[in-house]
Amino acid sequence: MSTSSDTHAARACDPGLSFEVPPCVRILRADGTLEPGAEPPFDDARAVELYRHMLRARIFDARLLKLQRQGRVGTFAPGFGQEAAQIGSISAVEKHDWFVPSFREIPAALYRGAPFRSVILYCMGFEEGSVAPPGARDLPVSIPVGGQSAHAVGLAWAMRLQGDPGIALVYFGDGATSEGIVHESMNFAGALRAPVVFFCQNNQWAISTPRRVQTASETIAQKAIAHGLRGVQVDGNDLFAVHAVVREAASIARETGMSTLVEAITFRRGVHTTADDPRVYRTEDEERAWERRDPVDRVRTWLTARGLWSDADEAAYTEAVEAEIAADLRDAEAFREEADPMVMFDHAIATPDPYLARQRAEAEEAFDGRVVIAGATKPRTRKGSDAVVGELEIAED
Amino acid sequence: MTATATETRRLTMVEALNQALHEEMAANPRVLVMGEDVGVDGGVFRVTKGLLDAFGPQRVVDTPLSEAGILGTAIGLALGGMRPVAEIQFSGFLNFAFEQIQPHCSRFRQRTCGRLTVPMVVRSPSGGGIRALEHHSESEEAMYVHTPGLVVLMPSGPLTAYGLLKAALRAPDTVMFFEPKSIYRAIKEDVPADGAPLEIGKARIDREGSDVTVVAWGAMVRRAREAADTLDASVEILDLLSLAPLDHEAIVASVQKTGRLVVVHEAPRTGGLAGEIYARVCEDAFYHLRARPERVTGWDVPFPLLGREMAYLPDKERIAAAIARVLADR
Ligand SMILES: Cc1ncc(C[n+]2csc(CCOP(=O)(O)OP(=O)(O)O)c2C)c(N)n1
Ligand SMILES: [Mg+2]
Repeated sequence: MSTSSDTHAARACDPGLSFEVPPCVRILRADGTLEPGAEPPFDDARAVELYRHMLRARIFDARLLKLQRQGRVGTFAPGFGQEAAQIGSISAVEKHDWFVPSFREIPAALYRGAPFRSVILYCMGFEEGSVAPPGARDLPVSIPVGGQSAHAVGLAWAMRLQGDPGIALVYFGDGATSEGIVHESMNFAGALRAPVVFFCQNNQWAISTPRRVQTASETIAQKAIAHGLRGVQVDGNDLFAVHAVVREAASIARETGMSTLVEAITFRRGVHTTADDPRVYRTEDEERAWERRDPVDRVRTWLTARGLWSDADEAAYTEAVEAEIAADLRDAEAFREEADPMVMFDHAIATPDPYLARQRAEAEEAFDGRVVIAGATKPRTRKGSDAVVGELEIAED
Repeated sequence: MTATATETRRLTMVEALNQALHEEMAANPRVLVMGEDVGVDGGVFRVTKGLLDAFGPQRVVDTPLSEAGILGTAIGLALGGMRPVAEIQFSGFLNFAFEQIQPHCSRFRQRTCGRLTVPMVVRSPSGGGIRALEHHSESEEAMYVHTPGLVVLMPSGPLTAYGLLKAALRAPDTVMFFEPKSIYRAIKEDVPADGAPLEIGKARIDREGSDVTVVAWGAMVRRAREAADTLDASVEILDLLSLAPLDHEAIVASVQKTGRLVVVHEAPRTGGLAGEIYARVCEDAFYHLRARPERVTGWDVPFPLLGREMAYLPDKERIAAAIARVLADR
């Protein structure tokens, strides 16, 4: 059949493909001024809007960390220091494109519309926090490092098969590039022309393992070349550059099916997760050096210099975000108090067999009169039983 | 016979494992420790703390982030004359390396009629109970027990951790060494310096009794003890320690004595090891059974996030209720 060999011939080689990684892209310098001759990729209004998203994520991150230290939520991976990488990239794709996160993308998830309440619920340990609105093209958190990259390729492939103009944007870290599956995924994307933006946040560390110990490769971006993809580097603490680079990668993917690996050079300013102590493996000097390149400060300086943002704006916005978080936290804590342990049986499989139903009944029996939800205080009473409902009515009098 | 006076120290399981590694690395220059964050960080649970300083970066290796890479190269190291102790950060991530364990690791001895063997230790924290992140709480020991060619061990406290790890480091085959992370720091016991290895394949009677046998391993031994303490009955607790090979004789002998059986494990019920233990008892102690056995296990659902973890794991109340039912059955 000529069609299949034509298809193969068409993707055998790509004349536009470079075998070198171009120089790292930067638009906004660490001191908040533009590189000579460079321009932001959007207008002032959008710059303010995206700055607000970065700030909102940072405020939430700090609040969540406090809640974790107080034992009110479980462990999580802070996005502190990676706000430009995440907001810059996620804002460069469409709602219609798939968002495929790893575990550090709370800022990007908030941009996509995840309410604080969902993130808090997930951190408290409730699957309900992973439920996106119907039709949302957002996958839940992926903790197994790297595995989600293959799902992104499959999603992009599915869209192509269905004539859908979307692409997939997948997030992972520098450490993840050591997992075979990340390379298998890039190779699939190249071989099948599935339109994906592979977005690697090189935050210099994988828990205690520094970038240079992770791989002998000079850049992470160059790993794309062997798979027939574009590989680019960008200053990951520069909102403008990240947005510009990802917007270009997304449009190339959409128009030609050619995927790109973007290496965003950034820094995890906080702990790996709340179970981690960075003092064991890195110096304060390194942390201070990256503090000077902070992504949020950088945009704020630029906006302030242009008269687009003021301390008063910052204070008012911070207060509004704090209030929103407080309301969602109350909501989540109320949810936890009423959380139903039986939900774990409801969604294990489409059709529970009788033996699973029997285990469910056994669990009902075992939980009666006890607190079996972490952080809740109210003992469980058997739902649907007349006797129990009666007792409750009396107790409430 | 005079026993040499050995020094003992009260240690947690983390410290006991650490001591065993220090001693074995000092005794055998072929032993090396490898894995994600095992060097500078000393492991995310600090089991390998201090080893890098003591033995240097050739023998304590922070590897790239790849489980298949870690176990695949460890196989090569073992085939090539070294004795690797590979750490997989959480047992849920062992699945990334199953392609190395089942098709390769478990089969070398048989494929080469014993010419090539893979003597190495794969250490991994397993089980729930610490309010961890998703994928950090599973108990998957049955998958490895169901893979012939592997030894599978799980200690229940500092002392057994120490003795079993020492045994694992001298074993002629690959040992899957599961560390119940919920009791990493929960118990302290007197651990000797340069103590003897335990015997692989031998269960331990944790508590002698005559009314009912409770078979457990890992963190569930302690749970079973707590449950037994609430009951007015003579409960025998058998701490398996070795899951492959199973101490068939110890299981059978105990049930022949008590006539009653309860098995406790964190892993899901269907396909879990309780089924295998029931089978052994049916084969060799069937006519001694005086009551229907029971198993207290995780449910047949994926391990839930931490909010519902307590509702998933066997606890004192569920275990005590099961023992009471088995005792009441006549
Ligand atoms: C398959 C797998 N192995 C190990 C882990 C434990 N772990 C969680 S995050 C992490 C480091 C990830 O580093 P990187 O990819 O750079 O992402 P970052 O945490 O820096 O965002 C490790 C080893 C895991 N979650 N999944
Ligand atoms: Mg990283």
